[in-house]
Amino acid sequence: MAYSDKVLDHYANPRNVGALPKDDPNVGTGIVGAPECGDVMKLQLRIRDDGVVEDAKFKTFGCGSAIASSSYVTELVKGKTVDEVLAIKNTHIVQELSLPPVKIHCSVLAEDGIKAAIADWKRKRGEATAQPAAASEAAAAK
Amino acid sequence: MEMRGIYMDNHATTPVDPRVLEAMLPYFGDVFGNAASRSHAFGWAAERAVETGREQVARLIGARAKDIIFTSGATESNNLAIRGVVEFYKDKGNHVITQVTEHKAVLDTCRALEREGRARVTYLPVDRYGQIDLDQLRDAITDQTVLVSIMYANNEIGTVQPIAEIGRLCRERGVLFHTDAVQGAGKLPIDVEAMCIDLLSITAHKIYGPKGIGALYVRSRGPRVRLTPLIYGGGHERGMRSGTLNVPGIVGFGRACEIAGASMAEESARILALRQRLQDGIFGQLDEVYLNGHPQHRLPGNLNVSFAFVEGESLLMGLNGSVNAIAAGSGVVPVAVSSGSACTSATLEPSYVLKALGVGDDLAHTSIRFGLGRFNTVEEVDYVIDRVVGEVRRLRELSPLYEMVKEGIDLKTVAWQRE
Repeated sequence: MAYSDKVLDHYANPRNVGALPKDDPNVGTGIVGAPECGDVMKLQLRIRDDGVVEDAKFKTFGCGSAIASSSYVTELVKGKTVDEVLAIKNTHIVQELSLPPVKIHCSVLAEDGIKAAIADWKRKRGEATAQPAAASEAAAAK
Repeated sequence: MEMRGIYMDNHATTPVDPRVLEAMLPYFGDVFGNAASRSHAFGWAAERAVETGREQVARLIGARAKDIIFTSGATESNNLAIRGVVEFYKDKGNHVITQVTEHKAVLDTCRALEREGRARVTYLPVDRYGQIDLDQLRDAITDQTVLVSIMYANNEIGTVQPIAEIGRLCRERGVLFHTDAVQGAGKLPIDVEAMCIDLLSITAHKIYGPKGIGALYVRSRGPRVRLTPLIYGGGHERGMRSGTLNVPGIVGFGRACEIAGASMAEESARILALRQRLQDGIFGQLDEVYLNGHPQHRLPGNLNVSFAFVEGESLLMGLNGSVNAIAAGSGVVPVAVSSGSACTSATLEPSYVLKALGVGDDLAHTSIRFGLGRFNTVEEVDYVIDRVVGEVRRLRELSPLYEMVKEGIDLKTVAWQRE
């Protein structure tokens, strides 16, 4: 498998690795994927009351492309409004990181991850959401 | 020159031993004859070289030279053994017994025969270490069984099967016994007589010989095994495998067998010590690491480990130099190993071998296979330990699973959002 330079760079120097306090009302946590599928991403966004993402952190269990997709997406969302973040499509990640077809699911997971994080943030704020985020809840419950 | 680094993937293939290459070289030059040319000295010289090679291969497995049939490699040998027996003995029966962790060259041949309606196949399960149960084998044999095909040693997990007991059982029941000995040959002793082996697949490139040459041992007496050929033509190799012989390949194969036979005891002990050092170094420094395969009955050079919470391909990427390509001059040496992770397979499924042992998909995704060989050194092992431990620690810092486990969350209770 030949990786693009951008994937290699994000893999070797991942941006925004870490965790934000899960119980903070301004932090949304999204955990997507499953260990038996070989990919789990945890994406966390700190969102200001005006709806702008001011910080993002991630941790990912997965291949290099999964790590790169989540690292890249944390850079991408910072400074964007919630609506702008929700408009991010996985195809943008595919293009930016030059992911081959077998790695497209990594970009889908990253898109799902940020959406799950925003759904969690909305839920905390009492806004209705249809997004299931079971894994995030389980993790938050601890 | 490109820095290819430390090679620890000796189950995939091995480098050609310089002594093997030296033996082969004349056969690309002056000695170019066709071994089947009986009318001149060019052919006679080639034939002499082939017969020497045949004797060298035979000696490694305790066989008669005339029972060695040269092929293009073990995939062809496995196809020829299984299909050849099923076709030839179709009036006697149509049942084949094999097991679930065989190489695809065996499993896919069996599946093809099933699809074509030529055979009924029993796939025996294995225990958590990868060994079959002899009582289950005994019970599976019927009066329709024509062949039992069980590998000597597994290519992923290194588990060694009780070949002599299987051979004895098959002989008692009058069923032919084939073994894919690709990984075991040259590393562990083989005696086709003592082990009651009727057919045996072997290839040169796993024992420091060239690619593209292998052999099938076909017992000619006690009992005499008959085969329907896959490839027809000039009637070479007792009519079982037509085609002009690969003379340089056979010369190299023979020399490789000779060296392996002479150095086996010393070399296997040395490689086993390296494996133990690698295993101790890794297990001594990391938590949540699991050995796959049998703790004792395994190939000396095989170490298969699951590094929980670290996906295998990402670990390979950290080791194999992909990353260093953009950070030239780092002094980091690439390390070549392989993984049972789905991400490294064409099917996106994790290793079927690990699955058969009952290893969960979560741990199968985190498995790495180290294959130690003749040219690995203590210094390389120590370097690889440091690199692996460092990379696993780095990737665990990135792993949400490791974080959750450290927080006391039982991952089995989490309702994962599956794609």
